[in-house]
Amino acid sequence: MQYEAVIGLEVHVQLATASKIFSGAATTFGAEPNRQASAIDLGLPGVLPVPNQAAFEMAVKFGLAIGAEIGRHSAFDRKNYFYPDLPKGYQISQFDHPIVKQGQVTLVLESGEEKCIRVTRAHLEEDAGKSIHDAYAGMTGVDLNRAGTALLEIVSEPDLRSAKEAVAYLKIIHSIIRYLGISDGNMAEGSMRCDCNVSIRPAGSETLGTRTEIKNVNSFRFVERAINSEIARQIEVIEDGGRVIQETRLYDPDRDETRSMRSKEEANDYRYFPDPDLLPVELDDAFIEACRATLPELPNARKVRYVAEYGITEYDASVLVADRDIADYFEAVANHSGQGKLAANWVMGNVLSELNQTDGSIADFPVQPADLTALIGRITDQTLNSKTAKTVFEGLMQREGSVDAIIAARGLVQVTDQGAIEALVDSVLAQNPEQVANYRAAPEEKRGKMLGFFVGQTMKASQGKANPQQVNAVLLAKLQSED
Amino acid sequence: MPSLSSDDVTRVARLARLGLSEAEAERALTDLSAILTLVDAMAGVETSGVEPLSNPLDATQVLRPDEVTEVDARTTLMANAPAQADGLFLVPRVVE
Repeated sequence: MQYEAVIGLEVHVQLATASKIFSGAATTFGAEPNRQASAIDLGLPGVLPVPNQAAFEMAVKFGLAIGAEIGRHSAFDRKNYFYPDLPKGYQISQFDHPIVKQGQVTLVLESGEEKCIRVTRAHLEEDAGKSIHDAYAGMTGVDLNRAGTALLEIVSEPDLRSAKEAVAYLKIIHSIIRYLGISDGNMAEGSMRCDCNVSIRPAGSETLGTRTEIKNVNSFRFVERAINSEIARQIEVIEDGGRVIQETRLYDPDRDETRSMRSKEEANDYRYFPDPDLLPVELDDAFIEACRATLPELPNARKVRYVAEYGITEYDASVLVADRDIADYFEAVANHSGQGKLAANWVMGNVLSELNQTDGSIADFPVQPADLTALIGRITDQTLNSKTAKTVFEGLMQREGSVDAIIAARGLVQVTDQGAIEALVDSVLAQNPEQVANYRAAPEEKRGKMLGFFVGQTMKASQGKANPQQVNAVLLAKLQSED
Repeated sequence: MPSLSSDDVTRVARLARLGLSEAEAERALTDLSAILTLVDAMAGVETSGVEPLSNPLDATQVLRPDEVTEVDARTTLMANAPAQADGLFLVPRVVE
């Protein structure tokens, strides 16, 4: 039987506030254990939480960015469960009255097709601390620095149909929060975490199957692998005549499988109730409009502009806008070189692939926009052809100097002198009499392919420096004239 | 009389991490049932058209500016912790 997966994501985003959501403790990453845990974060008796205005501003910005209705009247509830890294015995969250109501984001699938994913809601809550399980004999260590850090939990409708779509959705959310500057979105440091709700049903069916929840997946790659392995597991359960049980599971990347977290099962009764320590929060038009005024140009708007201004494809534009720093980089090169398409090709083909390989950041990248602009200038003025341009790019990667310095040092100026190219072509034809005879004997439709051999030989003889268009023209002329 | 079973009491006690003896559980069953009877009586009050009240104060929440105002007070705050190491609270092992 053919199965269809139904997937919804709950994405937890750590907001980039300087202090915590309910206390004035710092949120700096990597501080020594418990040095950023205040009496409020520890839930000591007699303390009162006071909400951080910046967390509300960030949540509202996100809501506006996904076209959602803003919860002008929002309230906090207590979500009750016991765990050592949750010192109060409850997490302050929003249950009935979230700050962000339904909105949506648009994915561009690999096929170029667009798909709308509904965001059910996004609400503010506090993070828990961290437990360290394996370092102390018979004991668990607890670091409460993270307790009370502001989180925005973004909940999607079950509109996703594959692991790939789930990753695409997660990347869009990541892109939006980075553009808005409301989170660094660093998954490795836990600034963005993802719970995946997964169920399967026979293809074409409208009813939902029983779902499982995979907790705390912390990289794009693991989201894809965790969902795929969970889909495979559920199919196997059903094909074997069994039933999927609603439960919480953990993904184990080493074994590439999910396993049941039985300890969480009985804790699933959270007994939400309104937090008596906190009053309802009322946001007025002035507050919301002030947030709207600070919104940057968002990825979707940029994508549309790139297609119109630079004449690049929608898919290319969607790749370029995904990361704000990359988009700024591309835009600087495109504007200064006046060559939008070339800039797009170089950024996607060379800059992004190098960055992906090294996991580096664009800020420290050896080839800065001014370098790539200069390189493109030397392509358009025909000093370089595509092959020598790549060599110069490699030189820039090795920090060998400016574009012109590398061209001079490596002797890469393109040969455009007609006489010199004719001489090269003559010697190639003289060295390959058999191929020349074959070419001339071949019917017209086969000659195109055969010409490639001579072009390759001539380019090789020029050490890649000859202008390929000129080589082509000269070869054609010489091969045909002596037919 | 609302129907509350001794299983309900056991479950609620476990959620609240209360270790009740059998006698205590029996007393809790009587007390909780009495409370639920009171709640049931209140359920008879006509409340349609009344907004749920999340807080009795006629006020809205004041927000604070995003500033770090707390200083590191680890030594003081951890003074009462029964066990600690390397700046961490230590608790009986929790196994996932």
